[in-house]
Amino acid sequence: MKCASPPASTPTRSLPKPMSHIISILIENESGALARVAGLFSARGYNIESLTVAPTQDATLSRMTLVTSGNPEIIEQITKQLNKLIDVVKLIDISESTHIERELMMVKARAVNAGREEIMRLTKIFRGNILDVTPTTYIIEITGEKSKLDAFLSTVGEENIIEVVRSGITGILRGERGLAV
Amino acid sequence: MELSGGEILVQCLIDEGVEYIFGYPGGAVLHIYDALFKQDKVKHILVRHEQGATHAADGYARSTGRPGVVLVTSGPGATNAVTGIATAHMDSIPMVILCGQVPMAVIGSDAFQEADISGITRPCVKHNFLVKDVTKLASTIKKAFYLATTGRPGPVLVDIPKNLTDPRIKIPYDYPKSVTLRSYNPHVKGHRWQIKKAVDMLIAAKRPMFYTGGGIVQGEASAELTELTQLLGYPITNTLMGLGAYPGTDKQFVGMLGMHGTYEANMAMHECDVLFAAGARFDDRITGIIAEFCPHAKIIHVDVDPSSISKNVRVDIPVVGEVKPVLAEMIELVKACDQKPDAGALAQWWKQIDDWRSLDSLGFDRTTDIIKPQYVVEQLWEMTKGDAYITSDVGQHQMWAAQFYKFDKPRRWINSGGLGTMGFGMPAAIGTKLAFPDADVFCVTGEASIQMCIQELATARQYRTAINIVNLNNGYMGMVRQWQEFSYGSRYSQTYLETLPDFVKLAESYGHAGIRIDKRADVRDALEEAFRQKDRTFFLDFHTDPTENVYPMIEAGKAQHEMRLAPGVNPDTELA
Ligand SMILES: Cc1cc2nc3c(=O)[nH]c(=O)nc-3n(C[C@H](O)[C@H](O)[C@H](O)COP(=O)(O)OP(=O)(O)OC[C@H]3O[C@@H](n4cnc5c(N)ncnc54)[C@H](O)[C@@H]3O)c2cc1C
Ligand SMILES: Cc1ncc(C[n+]2csc(CCOP(=O)(O)OP(=O)(O)O)c2C)c(N)n1
Ligand SMILES: [Mg+2]
Repeated sequence: MKCASPPASTPTRSLPKPMSHIISILIENESGALARVAGLFSARGYNIESLTVAPTQDATLSRMTLVTSGNPEIIEQITKQLNKLIDVVKLIDISESTHIERELMMVKARAVNAGREEIMRLTKIFRGNILDVTPTTYIIEITGEKSKLDAFLSTVGEENIIEVVRSGITGILRGERGLAV
Repeated sequence: MELSGGEILVQCLIDEGVEYIFGYPGGAVLHIYDALFKQDKVKHILVRHEQGATHAADGYARSTGRPGVVLVTSGPGATNAVTGIATAHMDSIPMVILCGQVPMAVIGSDAFQEADISGITRPCVKHNFLVKDVTKLASTIKKAFYLATTGRPGPVLVDIPKNLTDPRIKIPYDYPKSVTLRSYNPHVKGHRWQIKKAVDMLIAAKRPMFYTGGGIVQGEASAELTELTQLLGYPITNTLMGLGAYPGTDKQFVGMLGMHGTYEANMAMHECDVLFAAGARFDDRITGIIAEFCPHAKIIHVDVDPSSISKNVRVDIPVVGEVKPVLAEMIELVKACDQKPDAGALAQWWKQIDDWRSLDSLGFDRTTDIIKPQYVVEQLWEMTKGDAYITSDVGQHQMWAAQFYKFDKPRRWINSGGLGTMGFGMPAAIGTKLAFPDADVFCVTGEASIQMCIQELATARQYRTAINIVNLNNGYMGMVRQWQEFSYGSRYSQTYLETLPDFVKLAESYGHAGIRIDKRADVRDALEEAFRQKDRTFFLDFHTDPTENVYPMIEAGKAQHEMRLAPGVNPDTELA
């Protein structure tokens, strides 16, 4: 896990260990809205681990999922500063409740000789799909939590990986509760 | 009513009740200027540099509480305004900036005088809009004024492509009466239970302290603050931005706190057991090193912006809400409460504070012939009976104005605290004088700061805004020189101003009057002369002691109680 070093101005009374947070945001689908969020993070020295954005069923709203890390004081400031952005309608730190998180990954792997069988076997174990096949490569699609995707990559081995593309994490709360206007 | 985009803009301003608009023309706003020309309800003040427009609008806003309005052209007009926008943003000042943009069809093509001003200003505005459709113009202007003036106030910029103001395209005009934004609901009233807890904690305090700031001024809560403070009989300090929020001449007021605050204010902060903060944001100029800030205190913090709370310092009782209703509720609760503050403990606390006070940490040498800058401000205060509007720039002169002019009323002290923008003072004085033509407006400045917007002397002449300039001319960028003296072995790197203009001749060439003053004995007469002539601008060029420093000072890396005091002032011997 990458950790942002806290900006100089953060409270120093207590500094528990930083941890990853998944913040779901409903934001007006206006030009510049994404730039406001990204600008806030760079201006205030906060860390973005990943950020995904797409429109919702309501075309006037976008939903963002932002993964960031920091001690509780920093996370508190991040959520307050995000809420302060005029375009932000609502947000919730879903990592504070039971939730489901998923990330999609596509891996282009070198697949030759015995490696072809082996990678196919691993893909099955990780419940992935092979999307494209050439005499020397596979493209594998895997969905899951971050840790599962990391595990797949390390099992396949760096020497066999040509390219990796990951969507960044999205997530949703379990149960009745949700993020809606 | 069918209007063009340019006419709609002007009509919106009229419907918003805008009196003055501060601006400078150019290609992208020509249609708007033509619409302005055809009416006489909104008065346009032509400045000489767009930075001056923003500071003048800012001075208007700070002195009246109403939003300042600015109009600039695209590209360089807009970028010139950025310093003033950032200045307003840091101090939470309501401002609406209308900005021309190249036509929609060429946005993004590096067109002539194109600048992505929405992108450039994004980090230094409360919000900004790029209007893409003339039918959205009126509603966007309504939103801009609403956002600028509610919640935590701030500047809002509206970027208007030139084709939207085309006089040939007319559409029906209707100014919305009100506006709601689903994504913006500022808190007004504080949480009742939190307020109750705060009152209980305050009443139980043995060494209480009030620390209040710009939010009281912006939130029009001086009366409530004064009543609550006097009801409890507790000591109170103000930040630089809060001066005047509580009467500066009252005995419960212990002076400004912070880097150049009084000894008693900073010591009382350090020793208090309950700190009541309202409309102040725990800025680094007041905390000193955070780890040693108010080490014995439980902290209550009232602020309309949740992100101000527990940002720099963890607080024990947060209250999110506007100071005016929250303080009013506190007054009721204190009156209704059976418990009363512990009179014995309070008397002891006051005795301690009075001991600190007796040190006279703002003392200066009153015997010299050479002009001490503090003396000038003190005389100005006496002469104006503390009732003038004082604007200032940035530097030592600003601190002396803050320390020695005792503001009894809010909105009388107008200065750039958060950004610390040199060049702010004179245009801000013009904006203030326009708002209050019968009031006395003095700009206390330094010879370096005043030169940053000196061109606005022409604006003062054109509109006959009879402001007075008190130039505390020490021949140095004094504030920086002081740091160099204390921390860089007196190596005065680039802080001596070798070729200064003859300010008197300079003022005269703009059509104003000027006097140069070199001796202490002449200070009062010069001030009186400027004070007497109400219909013109006086430039008073006081040649002051070039070596004078601002005391007390919390130097970098020190805690709030580790102040550097003026030579000869020693707490250990005096208080023994
Ligand atoms: C050379 C120099 C030296 C300085 N030295 C000092 C110094 O010695 N001491 C000092 O105090 N400052 C000093 N400053 C100023 C300092 O940089 C800050 O600008 C200042 O301390 C901030 O004041 P404030 O806390 O009152 O906050 P402001 O910037 O005035 O902020 C106001 C706060 O109130 C809140 N608020 C606004 N409206 C409302 C409302 N209606 N209800 C509730 N809350 C509201 C806002 O959200 C914000 O948190 C200096 C500046 C310069 C340039
Ligand atoms: C635009 C800008 N540039 C630089 C500074 C840094 N600065 C702070 S005070 C100061 C010197 C101000 O000199 P002067 O106006 O003569 O005031 P004095 O301190 O001598 O009273 C400078 C350069 C600033 N605050 N603003
Ligand atoms: Mg100077």
